[in-house]
Amino acid sequence: MQISKSLKRLIYWELGIPISLLTIGIYHGLMQTVYRSGVIHQSQFAHLDYYQGLTLHGVINAVVLTSFFAVAFGHATLTFYFKKEPNRKVAWLSFWLMTTGTLMAAWAMLSGKASVLYTFYPPLKAHPLFYLGAALLLVGSWIPLFDWAGMYMRWKKENKEVKTPLAVLGTLVNFTIWFVCTLAVAYEVLVLLLPWAMGWKQTINVTLARTLFWFFGHALVYFWLLPAYIMYYTMLPKLAGGKLYSDLAGRIALFLFLILSVPVGVHHQFSDPSIPKGVKLFQGLLTFGVVLPSFITAFTIAASLEYAGRRRGAKGLLGFFKKLPYLDPDQFLFAYLICGLFLFIFGGLTGIVNASGPLNAVIHNTAWLPGHFHMTVAGPVFLSIIGMSTYLYSTNSGKRIFLPQVNVIIPYLWTIGILIFSTGLSWGGLIGEPRRTNLGMTYLNPKNELFTPEWVPTTLLALAGGIIMTIAALLFFVVFFGTMFGRKKDEPKLDLPVSEALHDEKRIALFDTFKPWLVTMAIILVISYVPAFLSAANNPAAGAPAFAPDNPVPVQPVPSDRPAAGSPKTSVTAENK
Amino acid sequence: MSAIDKSEKKVLLVTGSVLSLFIFSILYARGRNNDLPECLPFNKTYLEPKVTRLDKETYQVYAVAQMWQFQPSQIVVPVGSEVDFFVTSKDVVHGFNITEKNVNMMAIYGNINKTTVKFEKPGIYKIICHEYCGIGHQGMQAEVIVNYPPGTINNKNQ
Repeated sequence: MQISKSLKRLIYWELGIPISLLTIGIYHGLMQTVYRSGVIHQSQFAHLDYYQGLTLHGVINAVVLTSFFAVAFGHATLTFYFKKEPNRKVAWLSFWLMTTGTLMAAWAMLSGKASVLYTFYPPLKAHPLFYLGAALLLVGSWIPLFDWAGMYMRWKKENKEVKTPLAVLGTLVNFTIWFVCTLAVAYEVLVLLLPWAMGWKQTINVTLARTLFWFFGHALVYFWLLPAYIMYYTMLPKLAGGKLYSDLAGRIALFLFLILSVPVGVHHQFSDPSIPKGVKLFQGLLTFGVVLPSFITAFTIAASLEYAGRRRGAKGLLGFFKKLPYLDPDQFLFAYLICGLFLFIFGGLTGIVNASGPLNAVIHNTAWLPGHFHMTVAGPVFLSIIGMSTYLYSTNSGKRIFLPQVNVIIPYLWTIGILIFSTGLSWGGLIGEPRRTNLGMTYLNPKNELFTPEWVPTTLLALAGGIIMTIAALLFFVVFFGTMFGRKKDEPKLDLPVSEALHDEKRIALFDTFKPWLVTMAIILVISYVPAFLSAANNPAAGAPAFAPDNPVPVQPVPSDRPAAGSPKTSVTAENK
Repeated sequence: MSAIDKSEKKVLLVTGSVLSLFIFSILYARGRNNDLPECLPFNKTYLEPKVTRLDKETYQVYAVAQMWQFQPSQIVVPVGSEVDFFVTSKDVVHGFNITEKNVNMMAIYGNINKTTVKFEKPGIYKIICHEYCGIGHQGMQAEVIVNYPPGTINNKNQ
């Protein structure tokens, strides 16, 4: 369909800004592996500090890119299925809020005033503009939901007995999850962090802040993932040359995500004090509940691919795998999506380890964690984002893909890189290699007393994978920007691949309405999170003052009735020796 | 529910059973051995690093993490000791990881984390800070020395 110039421009910018910033994010990703493998033994390279780079890498790749893309993809999806454009003013307001927020945070990070990593745990303090920028980005990404919800309700009034298109349902579910979970982080940022960073409040309850962050932090990963899921259900079968095996399975999976995505965040805090064991256990179990919609998806998509393969003349039990359009430049999205799906198998399995309390004690906060989430967020999420960005840009502008043969091999190259990279990190994690650590300075420096030779092969593997990933990313930038600077050759249009359903089940009211699911979501949230918040608010002693990353002395003097950082130390070491 | 295909029903059933099996196993294992860090109230005494010998084979360690060191930086205990680690932080969030013993805790200001572990084999066990805690993070390490070097076990400080 044809869309207005305004919407077209909006989508371009919402794809172009994060992908331009992604160059910084990818560069710092590569640099992490260089520092960590001990190739350089420095705290900084090219005037950018290791931890500053890590902050940029996390914030840009995992928050900015994903949020901008989800909004752009949501606009495209709703417009395409409803044949109606979202409200222009609201859409642009959201764009400007997100962009302003991103610029504020980018300034704080690039000037070295916010090297606090993307989790920004207090009492490490960043520049207030970093927090404010993050809040604006979040709030900006909320705004379209309200407009889309209105579009949905108007459509529903006219189409009471018609199933809501699966892609629309997915987008609405995703942004509902996003809205609910970001309430917690908005509270953390605006009520706890910002006044404290401005110096209006002297102390902060660290455990409460962490609990609020992870209320948001785990649902965040589903916010990344659901656009990819929408593509798996509504596009991949079509691209493969088949049909979606079951439409209803997709709806069930989406609603299960709605109720289970948020009340699981405490599984990131298994090693935290002041959270009762029972809460940890309960949320650990709910985390296994989220495996259910992922399994449903895995089976449904596999069945859809099998159907496509057989239609293309495949024989035998698994012959269909050989008949799929892996390297077809005209169906390049298939390559991006199938590679992501493949990586997600390993991402999911390692995730199950993290969600199990006792196993988590083996790998918590070690290199295993980035090993895991690079197979999710840098797997299906990243590949579907860059693939779809190229696709949306090209069809919307009428420009042909630059170097189509290269474009179709990018995801395979990336997948090889990730597999090597994550093998290195996971292996390292199992033998205690910490994440988020400039290993090259100490543990991977043969001249340092902390040198740990066991981590040489693991970090070198990660380096090798990192180099391959960077090459794939560079090729992507060439293809994406090459397409952008190409000439218009076709009629521009907004067009998404649409999979028909093989089993197009009758409309079941329960799976085509939000109310009962929202109520269930609220109930589970209250049960799982009220005890966590109460104990995080009440169990810790008085809060912590602010610290800068380079100084053990608090930024502001500590009130006298609190345990001070500078209090006299008793040296037990001496007694022990 | 005739809207659901037969084979899908089967898939759902299998998924459900596998999941229940997982959940049952977790509950079973947790019931027998729940070793997640405990939830203790804060008390100022935990801010004083020390190693206390409770009896011949039982020790209490108050470990204090701060930018960018652990105190005590060296803990000496004999082979076979059971050690309760009480961990807190004087400033930012730190990690407390003894890989060989799967001791894995966060050290947080105003909070006490606790776990118990038995050291059955002699050796040097590294304690590594595995949470980013500022510019000196990569050098933050301490060690538990179990029965080594011989003859220096001298924990009479309490």
